[in-house]
Amino acid sequence: MPAPIRLRELIRTIRTARTQAEEREMIQKECAAIRSSFREEDNTYRCRNVAKLLYMHMLGYPAHFGQLECLKLIASQKFTDKRIGYLGAMLLLDERQDVHLLMTNCIKNDLNHSTQYVQGLALCTLGCMGSSEMCRDLAGEVEKLLKTSNSYLRKKAALCAVHVIRKVPELMEMFLPATKNLLSEKNHGVLHTSVVLLTEMCERSPDMLLHFRKVWILVPQLVRILKNLIMSGYSPEHDVSGISDPFLQVRILRLLRILGRSDDDSSEAMNDILAQVATNTETSKNVGNAILYETVLTIMDIKSESGLRVLAINILGRFLLNNDKNIRYVALTSLLKTVQTDHNAVQRHRSTIVDCLKDLDVSIKRRAMELSFALVNGNNIRGMMKELLYFLDSCDPEFKADCASGVFLAAEKYAPSKRWHIDTIMRVLTTAGSYVRDDSVPNLIQLITNSVEMHAYTVQRLYKALLDDISQQPLVQVSSWCIGEYGDLLVSGQCEEEEPIQVTEDEVLDVLEGLLVSNLSTPVTRGYSLTAIMKLSTRFSSVNRIKKVVSIYGSSIDVELQQRAVEYNALFKKYDHMRPALLERMPIMEKTASNGPTEIVQTNGETEPSVPDTKHPPLVTQPANQANDLLDLLGGNDVVPVIQTTLPTKPASAGGELLDLLGDLSLSTIPPMTAYSKNGLKIEFTFERANPNPNIAVITIHATNTTEADMTEFVFQAAVPKTFQLQLLSPSSNIVPALNQGSVTQVIRVLNPQKQQLRMRVKLTYTHKGSPVQDLAEVNNFPPQSWQ
Amino acid sequence: MQFMLLFSRQGKLRLQKWYVPLSDKEKKKITRELVQTVLARKPKMCSFLEWRDLKVVYKRYASLYFCCAIENQDNELITLEIIHRYVELLDKYFGSVCELDIIFNFEKAYFILDEFLLGGEAQDTSKKNVLKAIEQADLLQENRPRQFFFLSAQLTTEKPL
Repeated sequence: MPAPIRLRELIRTIRTARTQAEEREMIQKECAAIRSSFREEDNTYRCRNVAKLLYMHMLGYPAHFGQLECLKLIASQKFTDKRIGYLGAMLLLDERQDVHLLMTNCIKNDLNHSTQYVQGLALCTLGCMGSSEMCRDLAGEVEKLLKTSNSYLRKKAALCAVHVIRKVPELMEMFLPATKNLLSEKNHGVLHTSVVLLTEMCERSPDMLLHFRKVWILVPQLVRILKNLIMSGYSPEHDVSGISDPFLQVRILRLLRILGRSDDDSSEAMNDILAQVATNTETSKNVGNAILYETVLTIMDIKSESGLRVLAINILGRFLLNNDKNIRYVALTSLLKTVQTDHNAVQRHRSTIVDCLKDLDVSIKRRAMELSFALVNGNNIRGMMKELLYFLDSCDPEFKADCASGVFLAAEKYAPSKRWHIDTIMRVLTTAGSYVRDDSVPNLIQLITNSVEMHAYTVQRLYKALLDDISQQPLVQVSSWCIGEYGDLLVSGQCEEEEPIQVTEDEVLDVLEGLLVSNLSTPVTRGYSLTAIMKLSTRFSSVNRIKKVVSIYGSSIDVELQQRAVEYNALFKKYDHMRPALLERMPIMEKTASNGPTEIVQTNGETEPSVPDTKHPPLVTQPANQANDLLDLLGGNDVVPVIQTTLPTKPASAGGELLDLLGDLSLSTIPPMTAYSKNGLKIEFTFERANPNPNIAVITIHATNTTEADMTEFVFQAAVPKTFQLQLLSPSSNIVPALNQGSVTQVIRVLNPQKQQLRMRVKLTYTHKGSPVQDLAEVNNFPPQSWQ
Repeated sequence: MQFMLLFSRQGKLRLQKWYVPLSDKEKKKITRELVQTVLARKPKMCSFLEWRDLKVVYKRYASLYFCCAIENQDNELITLEIIHRYVELLDKYFGSVCELDIIFNFEKAYFILDEFLLGGEAQDTSKKNVLKAIEQADLLQENRPRQFFFLSAQLTTEKPL
């Protein structure tokens, strides 16, 4: 059997392969040779064969049959074997395979080897890929090595300990004594790895953090080490571009950050050194900036005095002007993190940030955009919006959606005038219309509706935009909706804000019909335009034309369009007397979103069912002075509408259940009741009425426990009389914590179509202080409002 | 650091060091996607990118891309220095290192990396110390061809790689 070919020889050969197939063939041949060599248990060439296997593995070929061989190499006495064996283990084995556990004993032996380089190999492998079981078994050995005076081993043991702690956090305690005097070492390697170890411990355990802060008083020690690094003269061994051991400096700054966070004393103790580093570090090379960056992060995260914070933000401002794009990127990221807390300081750098919108790098542009939006306020809105709209025009498609949403949000919050707001929206719709998010369309419609004095201007502008371009769906949808609503203003030629255009009813209908037939229109858009055409039947005089269009679509293949057309046809034929009322102007709408103040606005007292439109915004409920109008309109129900401070929002149901609307006005003040209270367990019921069906009562149970022991395995069951239907949803948990520390909630839905008095039987089972408890009870004291 | 990848301009992997446990399949997938993403970057772009939930730092040295995935709290700028330090170590060891050196001596590139970083963190911040340790470890190898000249024939029974 000839000797297996050498590693370099194999590499050379494989590289001569001209095709993938050729390469595969060579690899397969060599693998076969290696396999038979392994079978022969050849000690001499095992190392060479495994090395070749590792090369082939890197090329992407399977190498699992070499796993056991790696273990044999590790167990060998020869250093070369061990080196390749451990490398192979790190590359081919991972904790998912059971095989890796066989390594444990070898590693244990090697951790105690007489040669430090062998010990190093073992520590490296354990620290790189040791599983939790291995870490548990070998933690003791690592801890021993952490106490050795050999700095070569000590530094490796420290990082190995970091890995052990990550895998088995409970073992952290055992490393504590050995860590104690690590910081008094002179060796930079040990110092660096020790700081990493301390950082890991602090991040994982708040107790450790406290211990290091108060008992070991680490901060002054770290400050001293850092100071020495900065003040000491040139040290060739650790110098990088004139800075002494930047790696160690950065790690110390990071540990200081953790120690100083939310702690006044520690923060104060590090103030001076932070200021010193911030002002004295050389900024011409990346190393210096890396240290400054870490310093800034630390200053912003601890309880630093304001002067220091301003210094930090100014450093970031200087970074923004740096030629190096990496530095600019890092600056923008950091500013984004601090813009909420130090808003004014960041505002000073606004113009530089806005300039970054023009940067070539995608990541920088994105951050600049996010930051710009964060900096927009009432004072700078006009200027900022100009820049942001310009950015929207020229940016990559991946940004357009976010940018458009950001513009809408900012415009809503800070618009200096309604006209400006509408113009801004128009600009976004026309330049980035296809990227606008779907939910923007209803929001914009609502906004336009509420800007009553701008209706004529808005519809005119939107109409003109439609003439230019019908490909951008959100624009088309908003435009057709507006034309449907305000088409009368459009043809009447009244417009105060700008020169009114002359347009006839037929021209408008041409445009809308064009949308219906165009290939560019989506089904949703077609729905909008059909509805718009229908609405114009009460605003325009060319009713016949509209009737014709509507009847054509009664046989459309698109089900949605067909349904609409059929319903509108019916409106023309059988309910023509209702048509004007149904197609009246929309009232001003209440906003559903939680941001922005909710306003109680004037309504015109007329409500109408919504047109079947999937994106319809909710209707408003009436403030007190309007309530009487509503009652008059409906012939005076004797229901008293209740004025609430938080207005309920609900989608208006198609077909207009006006009575339903009134019914809901009187709800939501059903008082809660105590359903059960015995042996420390109290169950309260709170009520809501489910909409749209007024026959369903939604009861939420809240179970609390005043005893000192938890009630576990808590199960709530309920039964109702035959005329009712009951649905129990999942409980929040099945443990009712002791001493009212929390509660279990569960939702019950009761359907009561016959409006009978609600009664319920409940069964409770739970375990308390080790013994099971069961109880049955009747609940009869439901408030009348819950079932009437 | 979660992992480090070295790959050529054509996307061929030259070194992969993983500091997190992942299956072979996952590693292959990540490698493929990340290599594609980095190779698609234009020269004017910055060295950092967000990829999945990680920060990726990469730098090109001649025909090789050095690519590291770091965690959110890690410092990107110092990672660039770590990459640079590794390149300096390779350079000193091989004497003006080029991609071919790393191809033909990949196991040595790993040995150097493992002497510089452990579990994703730097063990020693002194270039001199790392190189010295590698040198000493190399001396322990039982198959150095150079030994051939100075010692007896007995030692030549050990086979070089």
